[in-house]
Amino acid sequence: MNDMAEALRIAVTLVLSGDGDLWEIVLLSLRVSLSATALACLIGMPLGALLATQRFAGRGAAIVCINALMGLPPVVVGLMVYLALSRSGPLGTFGLLYTPAAMIIAQTILIAPIVAALSRQVLEALHLEYDEQFRSLGLGRVAAIRALLWDGRFALMTVGLAGFGRAIAEVGAVIVVGGNIDHLTRVMTTAIALETSKGDLALALALGLVLMVLALVVNAAVHGVRNSEGQLAHA
Amino acid sequence: MTFRALTLALALCCASATSADTPSILVQSTTSTANSGLYDNLLPRFTEATGIAVNVVAVGTGQAIRNAQNCDADVLLVHAKSAEEAFVAAGYGVSRQDLMYNDFVIVGPADDPAGVAGLTDAGAALSRIAEAEALFASRGDDSGTHKKERALWEGTGADPDAASGDWYRETGSGMGATLNAAVGMGAYTLTDRATWLSFGNKGDVAVLVEHDPALFNQYGVILVSPDRCPDVKEEDGMAFIDWLTGRDGQSAIAEFTIDGTQVFFPNAPE
Repeated sequence: MNDMAEALRIAVTLVLSGDGDLWEIVLLSLRVSLSATALACLIGMPLGALLATQRFAGRGAAIVCINALMGLPPVVVGLMVYLALSRSGPLGTFGLLYTPAAMIIAQTILIAPIVAALSRQVLEALHLEYDEQFRSLGLGRVAAIRALLWDGRFALMTVGLAGFGRAIAEVGAVIVVGGNIDHLTRVMTTAIALETSKGDLALALALGLVLMVLALVVNAAVHGVRNSEGQLAHA
Repeated sequence: MTFRALTLALALCCASATSADTPSILVQSTTSTANSGLYDNLLPRFTEATGIAVNVVAVGTGQAIRNAQNCDADVLLVHAKSAEEAFVAAGYGVSRQDLMYNDFVIVGPADDPAGVAGLTDAGAALSRIAEAEALFASRGDDSGTHKKERALWEGTGADPDAASGDWYRETGSGMGATLNAAVGMGAYTLTDRATWLSFGNKGDVAVLVEHDPALFNQYGVILVSPDRCPDVKEEDGMAFIDWLTGRDGQSAIAEFTIDGTQVFFPNAPE
């Protein structure tokens, strides 16, 4: 297990040396996955709230579908987005293939169902609790959904983190639509795949360690926000 | 708070979705040229000379050709001459040119259960591997290397497909992943020499069969047809091809070494 110790040494050296290439890759990873998470939350949370609060025909089927879509294979999403954005595809004229925008689109599609499904679960429980109160206050649909989203914000942060975790860790979609182009679309996971294919296992593992630290930092930041807000609320 | 953060993130992603205005071309290429470090050596020189940035997507030859057929490339740089000629003949590309060559080698475990070490006849080596039913890792991904391997098997009369999943193991992945698998299970495999020399996880696997003329590996370069794909950057793509096949590019290819060994030999026509 020499590779493990070597990986740890390389990871520490890489981070401490402020390696320019590494930072570029780290920042792009964050930019792509945070953007995708933000977009997925914009789409998924209202959708989840709708499913949680409204009763309509086909609601059960919609919930099952969205739950099933949580299992979307990244490489399939990558392939679909590739076919759509390819120069010969329906959206080819925008020239988005092999750009960070394409990677954001693919990851958004990948994680929006996760955000929607988990939001629905969280908000449905909350809605049961609040329903009577909403009625007595005579709140309309939109106002009720807004109140739910606001009161459920801490649980929804965890939902967002689940989406982010899936986005930052996946390689199948971004490598197909991004192409792993150096200084343009290379992110942490595609760099790890590349170093593995070069047989440089220690460096690949070191990048993996850096990626895990990155996920830790993002989670800690959200945790910090939640705690400080929580304290304010109870002050 | 949440919505402000969302808006900020959105602005961030949209603002930088498009890259700067420097001219750039997109090259679909093989993993062997990218993984060996050749491009790291060549491309900065070309960009310095012309101001054109080169973005390389490194995939297997089969996938590179398919991507180029979808117009998702300006230039195609791969190693499967007959597939390249078919690509041009079908109108997807204009004039293919020889660029450089190197060679394939058969690598395998040091204890060499099939006894092929030192052979200079790749077909005979494969026959012995089939007879011994020794593990063989195949790319199985329609790449240039895979096409070469299939052609070599055809000459032997052995039928590896019948043993697929048994001693003949198709990884369906890139050269690096296949080498990792071969090292992991002590299998023989066919690889180009450049990838092998730059590969970092050799374990106890070594080059056993080399120097067969049948293992010759020609690389070619093709401009994707601007008639078929109107978005192709014809001028910049042609500048890249002219530079590669010209004096500067050819000598840069010859100067590239891995641990002191030259791995690509320029042979563009004068």
